[in-house]
Amino acid sequence: MSGLAEKLDGKRVVIVAGSGGVGKTTASAALALGMAAAGRRVAVVTIDPARRLADSLGLEELGNEPRRVDPELLAGHGVEMRGELWAMMLDPKATFDDLIVKLSPDAGTREDVLGNRIYAQLSSAIAGSQEFSAVAKLYDISREERFDVVVLDTPPSRNALDFLDAPDRLTDFFEGRALKLFLVPTGIAARVMGKGTSVVFALLKRLTGVDLLDDVAQLFRALGGLIDGFRERATAVKALLADAGTTFFIVTSPEREPVAEAIFFHGKLREARMRFGGLIVNRAAIADPALGTPAAVRDELRAELGGALAGKVAASVADLQLLAARDAASIEHLKAALGEPEPIVVPRLDGDVQDIDGLLALYRHLSA
Amino acid sequence: MVTGKGGVGKTTVAAALGLVAARAGKRTIVAEVARRGDVASAFDREGAAPFSETEIAPGLFHISVDPQDALDEYLRDQLPSAAIAELLIRSRVFGMIAAATPGMRELLTVGKLWELAQLDRRTPGADSYDLVVVDAPATGHGVAILSAPRTFAAAAGSGPVARQGTIIDEMLSDPARTAVVAVAQAEELAVTETGQLREALEKTMGLPLERVIANALEPDRFTAADARRLEAHAAHPAVARALSVHARALRQRAQLARLRRLTGDVDPARLSLHPGAPDLERLADELAPQLA
Repeated sequence: MSGLAEKLDGKRVVIVAGSGGVGKTTASAALALGMAAAGRRVAVVTIDPARRLADSLGLEELGNEPRRVDPELLAGHGVEMRGELWAMMLDPKATFDDLIVKLSPDAGTREDVLGNRIYAQLSSAIAGSQEFSAVAKLYDISREERFDVVVLDTPPSRNALDFLDAPDRLTDFFEGRALKLFLVPTGIAARVMGKGTSVVFALLKRLTGVDLLDDVAQLFRALGGLIDGFRERATAVKALLADAGTTFFIVTSPEREPVAEAIFFHGKLREARMRFGGLIVNRAAIADPALGTPAAVRDELRAELGGALAGKVAASVADLQLLAARDAASIEHLKAALGEPEPIVVPRLDGDVQDIDGLLALYRHLSA
Repeated sequence: MVTGKGGVGKTTVAAALGLVAARAGKRTIVAEVARRGDVASAFDREGAAPFSETEIAPGLFHISVDPQDALDEYLRDQLPSAAIAELLIRSRVFGMIAAATPGMRELLTVGKLWELAQLDRRTPGADSYDLVVVDAPATGHGVAILSAPRTFAAAAGSGPVARQGTIIDEMLSDPARTAVVAVAQAEELAVTETGQLREALEKTMGLPLERVIANALEPDRFTAADARRLEAHAAHPAVARALSVHARALRQRAQLARLRRLTGDVDPARLSLHPGAPDLERLADELAPQLA
């Protein structure tokens, strides 16, 4: 069993995190493909796959549900599927609406929430609900018996905290006084809740204006009908994220910012007592000892290519060596910071890696 | 507003832009959004208080905008007394409502950016800036930040939030005051996203994409004639390596042409790939003449 297979053995949920632009989606798909090829029934949930990867996997016609990737398609590329690969692209708004529908105790509550002006405007217009939606979808799919394992490609990890905190924030919110404040009538009940609260309420009105506060209050009152459902759901999601069958993979490129992000996220995982499964360092420049030093290259090629062209070739070699040295230092830094002696290092692949061939190249590298 | 696909070097380019402006004599601040001081660390100023305005080079300041700080400031500014503001700031109820309202963080963040750009600052004792360079979130989220005040103003209907949202939106959607700069790399996805950004900006904010900066370009080291001569020696590992770099440079050239087509036939500014740590002074040297 390879090191990676060992890390994934027995896992039911694999969450892939990392900065934007490090190849997280392709890595998620490659991990999923590897497990599916080895015989498991895998669903991969991606947020925003590259167009051509989506197209080549047949994802473009997709709704908000997993769809099976045609095994013939992969067989055509020489990958034998012993299990099943399913993939889907997350639609945050549809997922959130679904959640409201599922948790509403009755049709009236459902319509009150979905039809609320604030809900309608804010839930679709503003980013940030991606994390809630991703977690909600992950939970739903993880409960489906037709899949052995779910791989989730997360939103960029600038929002990683939102992602980890999503269930907690919901629970806090529903158990907190904020909601109760909107659920009780004013007057006597408000006085019972304490003077501080009514002062806060009055100040809020002054800050936001009456219209906005009324709409927000209406939304919260409608959401009040979903409290029990939300609370149960949040507890279950939190348990799922912390479960022994759930593991987090961190993907990074060797550049400074994504590396800092990876270390930051790893720390947050540890604080939240969630399981770090492994590190993938993507697009690393690897020193090639066969190349020799730039000076040796220039001397060697001068006779055949002339001094000017030999000098240009030597300059290319010098650039590569600088990059390789930088990347090697990055990888050492990551190893130490994450306490991960054996990260999976993927060399920078030539050509466009954002299509199925790129996916397969990465898959082969990961499963080697 | 400097935005772009994740991983294209947005933060570094935003810092370099800030440096170009500061060298030209503009009192400039680079504001990071939802970050933890990356710009400051690019200037080797790690450990500096990131959430306050700090001078990191002559005439160049830095701040990392924190929505919670922005909220506290806003309350102190809006409420009649410090005691009342403190009451709200400390109120768990209020904090939770703010945290739970979708889009609130974007609104608070952009409210602080607006404040930084005012000639008459609302922060007591603060001086004004000639230019605020925003290291904005990646493309999709970047547009969401810009449009947050508009969305909130529409949702609020009337009242102070609606009024303030409208004022902020007026600044952000005014091409005389707000410019959006996209950082891209010459590769398929980043180019596609830049084209989409241009459309989304036009549609959502009525703003043009002011300028595109193509980052991390391979040097155009080899001519076509060079490449032909190298082909004959491709068995040599260093030559094979040089040819693969050349192939990448050619792919980048094709993507640059596509980038130009998708962004209104304007040549993007170009920054070359620098192996090793980012050197802001050099980036600013490279950028300045192209922006003149």
